[in-house]
Amino acid sequence: MTTMQTRTVVVCELARLIPGRGVAALLPDGRQVAIFLTASGDLYGLSNIDPFARAAVLSRGLVGDVGGAPFVASPLLKQRFDLRTGVCLDDESVAIRTYEVHVADGVVHVNP
Amino acid sequence: MTRTLVVAGHGMVGHRLVAELRAADTEGTWRVVVLGEEPRPAYDRVALTSYVDGWDAQALDLGAHTGVELRLGDPVVAVDREARTVTTASGHTETYDALVLATGSKPFVPPVPGHDLPGCFVYRTIEDLDAIREAVENAKARKRGRAAAMVVGGGLLGLEAAKALRDMGLSPHVVEMAPRLMPIQVDDGGGNLLRKLVTELDLTVHTGTSAAKIEPDGDRLTASLTNGTELDLDLIVFSAGVRPRDELARAAGLAVGERGGVLVDSACRTSDPAIWAIGECAAVEGRCYGLVAPGYTMAELVAGQLLGKDGEFPGADLSTKLKLMGVDVASFGDAHAATEGALEVVLADAVSGYYKKLVVSPDGVLLGGILVGDASAYNLLRPLVGSPLPADPAAMLAPEGASGSVGVDALPDEAGICSCNNVTKGAITEAIRTQGCDSVAAIKGCTRAGTTCGSCVPMLSKLLDACGVVQSKAVCEHFTHSRRELFEIIKATRITTFGELIAKHGTGTGCAICKPAVASILATIGTTERDGVHVLDGELASLQDTNDHFLANMQRNGTYSVVPRIAGGEITPAKLKVIAEVAEEFGLYTKITGGQRIDMFGATVDQLPHIWKRLVDAGMESGHAYGKSLRTVKSCVGSTWCRYGVQDSVGMAVELELRYRGLRSPHKLKAGVSGCARECAEARGKDFGVIATEKGWNLYVGGNGGTFPRHAELLVSDVDSESLIRYIDRFIMFYVRTADRLQRTAPWIEEMEGGLDHLREVIVDDKLGICEELDAAMAKHVENYADEWRGVLEDPEKLARFTSFVNAPGAPDPTISFSAEREQKVPVLLGVPEVVSR
Ligand code: SRM
Ligand SMILES: Cc1cc2nc3c(=O)[nH]c(=O)nc-3n(C[C@H](O)[C@H](O)[C@H](O)COP(=O)(O)OP(=O)(O)OC[C@H]3O[C@@H](n4cnc5c(N)ncnc54)[C@H](O)[C@@H]3O)c2cc1C
Ligand code: SF4
Ligand code: FES
Repeated sequence: MTTMQTRTVVVCELARLIPGRGVAALLPDGRQVAIFLTASGDLYGLSNIDPFARAAVLSRGLVGDVGGAPFVASPLLKQRFDLRTGVCLDDESVAIRTYEVHVADGVVHVNP
Repeated sequence: MTRTLVVAGHGMVGHRLVAELRAADTEGTWRVVVLGEEPRPAYDRVALTSYVDGWDAQALDLGAHTGVELRLGDPVVAVDREARTVTTASGHTETYDALVLATGSKPFVPPVPGHDLPGCFVYRTIEDLDAIREAVENAKARKRGRAAAMVVGGGLLGLEAAKALRDMGLSPHVVEMAPRLMPIQVDDGGGNLLRKLVTELDLTVHTGTSAAKIEPDGDRLTASLTNGTELDLDLIVFSAGVRPRDELARAAGLAVGERGGVLVDSACRTSDPAIWAIGECAAVEGRCYGLVAPGYTMAELVAGQLLGKDGEFPGADLSTKLKLMGVDVASFGDAHAATEGALEVVLADAVSGYYKKLVVSPDGVLLGGILVGDASAYNLLRPLVGSPLPADPAAMLAPEGASGSVGVDALPDEAGICSCNNVTKGAITEAIRTQGCDSVAAIKGCTRAGTTCGSCVPMLSKLLDACGVVQSKAVCEHFTHSRRELFEIIKATRITTFGELIAKHGTGTGCAICKPAVASILATIGTTERDGVHVLDGELASLQDTNDHFLANMQRNGTYSVVPRIAGGEITPAKLKVIAEVAEEFGLYTKITGGQRIDMFGATVDQLPHIWKRLVDAGMESGHAYGKSLRTVKSCVGSTWCRYGVQDSVGMAVELELRYRGLRSPHKLKAGVSGCARECAEARGKDFGVIATEKGWNLYVGGNGGTFPRHAELLVSDVDSESLIRYIDRFIMFYVRTADRLQRTAPWIEEMEGGLDHLREVIVDDKLGICEELDAAMAKHVENYADEWRGVLEDPEKLARFTSFVNAPGAPDPTISFSAEREQKVPVLLGVPEVVSR
């Protein structure tokens, strides 16, 4: 427990997340992580930056599934990113960084 | 062993060659190097004129290649056939095993004295259009009445150029040497009508004459025509034909055609077996083709040969259709009846404005035709060339849909449907039947039909119908229902959540298409049938598109815009002052919108509630610029001030805007109210438009601006204010219940069986007996309306979502920055994003 807290960054209480939406967390070094809770209860972390639109907006996109694959659609130009791998479903040559996210004692943590 | 293919020229045809080769060369036997002169990759030159609509070069993109070395902005200047190398202007050298020349053609500029003065342009590339645009802007800035231009050449391209200039606000003169416009495509009868139609478009036509000299006149130009006419002009565009770019071939000692062009055999091979030529620069057995379809055929032919497949150029379909909005001209096959014994059937009506001619052989085979004024029969007739006419010529010429007109069933399998990509009816029906293509998009993917000029797309849709494919109206992969069906289901079952709806009637967890659509339906039903609902209540919050989720429009850098409602465009100085103060305090960019209100840009998520608190406290409310809901009701000043006004248009606009504000609908809804027939509020360009008359109001419905502008049509006339509002109530409620997702009112009415007449029967005559219900629903909406922003400010849970970072509330987003332009701030986008390369 104590070791975990030193290695991870606290995001918020799990109860604050709305299933099907995301929130953004700021890492100590200035990077931004978009954290999503899906309707089925899974948590994912992706870089918050949409590489197509070049803006930090992915946490504000809509979450859904396509053929079972969970994705977030960028709110700007709607490219979809696989929440599990960060791969863009509309242009597989592009992928964004993923982050490991977990819950401890009802609090969401991200591994930077 | 890999061999190297060098392609000189990255235009439409070079692009097709490379795309085709890369797709078929699965083993990677070719390394592909493309050397292009233009500074950008190939784009859709056929659609070049549409560039003036938005000056968005991206919209013309033809798609990027993978596995191709593209060197742009560096033309090939020499070919050394001995050494098999090419050299570019910058001195770069490439060795080739195969060389393909795809250098296209260049505009022909007649050697009129003064043709090279500043202010003289050609019309071939994006850069040409940018230069023309700059000249137009300079001319307008000089403000000497309406700027004028001359287009030299009255052919297909010249008319396109003239139309583009007119759209930029100029008065164009078209000068054509031949006695009629489009001399190659139409005959005298068609030419006369065409002249009349383009004159109505505000072009001035001079035929049978040409430019004799051009002289500078201060910062303008004077052109003298051979018939003595003198024109004062701001600019001149030459569009007098093209010349193949065969200069490389000439210098390298390759054979050229009698009238220019790189001479190639029927396999597109030049006199050197390692060199091919394709597209407009090639003279196939001596003949050049100035259209894209034959070029694509050549590209496919050569791609095949590079992979060891023989083939021959089959000749080409030279049909053409003028792409001007508002003037239909088409010409196909043997349009001038040059075939021995050919008969002409002409149907012309100067009053209705059409001229139609069919050329048939004595035994009834269709040879060609000309259509001016109404080219609706073109899609059906062109593929029939070479086949016996399936019906009486007069029936074939009747407008589409008229009784007696002939359907796609009549076409033989070998009839070409997509002339840009040479796709036959047989190939398309095959794709529908055996490859499971069940939508226009699927056919495009499978056969390429419809992907170039798009004029065959309506035919693709008809072929789907003819094959018995019911084109899916399913919202997305999670629901098999259309929006209208989902509306019915939710209304009938009283389901109140997306979770319950998808569990009972759909599959999976939903997506960015079905969630906002269902959120909109739940909100509409919530306010028109129940006690009202806030769009961010409970589960609804999770379904909203970003804009609705933050009740603001996201801009390109992730910040938001703020638009308070300014009903009817009417605002007090006090409120103007508050807007100015808020914008200053929060450092927002401000702009007057096209909807008669004020937009403030550049607010971060965290700032939104603070900004809105100020606005709400000053008596303002959400303008719903973010929602698929009522936007604005534009007004003109009307009878209160205007000397012509016959009714109080501002008062009516304000009343309508306040009545319908906040109602969620399938797409945005816009309206306008004008105080008299002069129509200063542009009401007929709106979903519903009201125009004052001496006796009351006329109501028009189904208009819009946007990509496909439409004028609204008259629904009822001379009605009093109370009836007007009743009809609009019903119109909106009927639309909200039955339209498709993202369908504006114009396509909704068009798709409705019976069209506008049916609509009138439903909402005026109450033929379906639903008016009472529609009236009650709207009354409920009006009663339930509450400002969404006030709702957020009063609810701490909703307010808490307006933060950039959950773990650092109040911390500003470090990626957002601005620079300044014309004394206001503008966004700066991030440099290199965090992307994992794959
Ligand atoms: C702000 C404004 C431009 C301006 O600075 O003047 C604007 C801005 C946008 N328009 Fe517009 N339109 C604006 C007036 C118009 C008008 C003029 C009018 O309303 O009189 C039109 C043509 C009239 C019409 O819609 O029929 C117009 C036709 C469009 C269309 C094409 C609609 C269509 O049916 O084809 C879109 C695209 C769409 O909605 O899918 C669009 C979409 C947009 C979007 C929402 C694009 C986007 O998704 O980011 C822009 C964002 C608004 C924002 O605040 O961030 N905008 N847009 C105008 C806001 C008016 C207002 O006060 O609410
Ligand atoms: C406004 C407009 C409207 C049109 N409308 C239609 C239509 O409706 N239907 C239709 O079928 N056709 C239409 N056309 C014609 C159509 O665009 C051409 O047939 C088609 O683009 C020919 O393709 P291409 O690749 O042969 O030539 P291009 O598209 O001209 O491409 C040739 C490329 O080669 C480059 N190049 C030249 N020399 C060199 C060199 N030495 N080294 C490297 N690069 C070089 C050129 O810069 C150019 O980029 C239209 C054309 C215009 C301008
Ligand atoms: S539409 Fe009529 S009333 Fe309104 S401003 Fe124009 S002229 Fe005046
Ligand atoms: S005819 Fe041009 S895309 Fe089909």
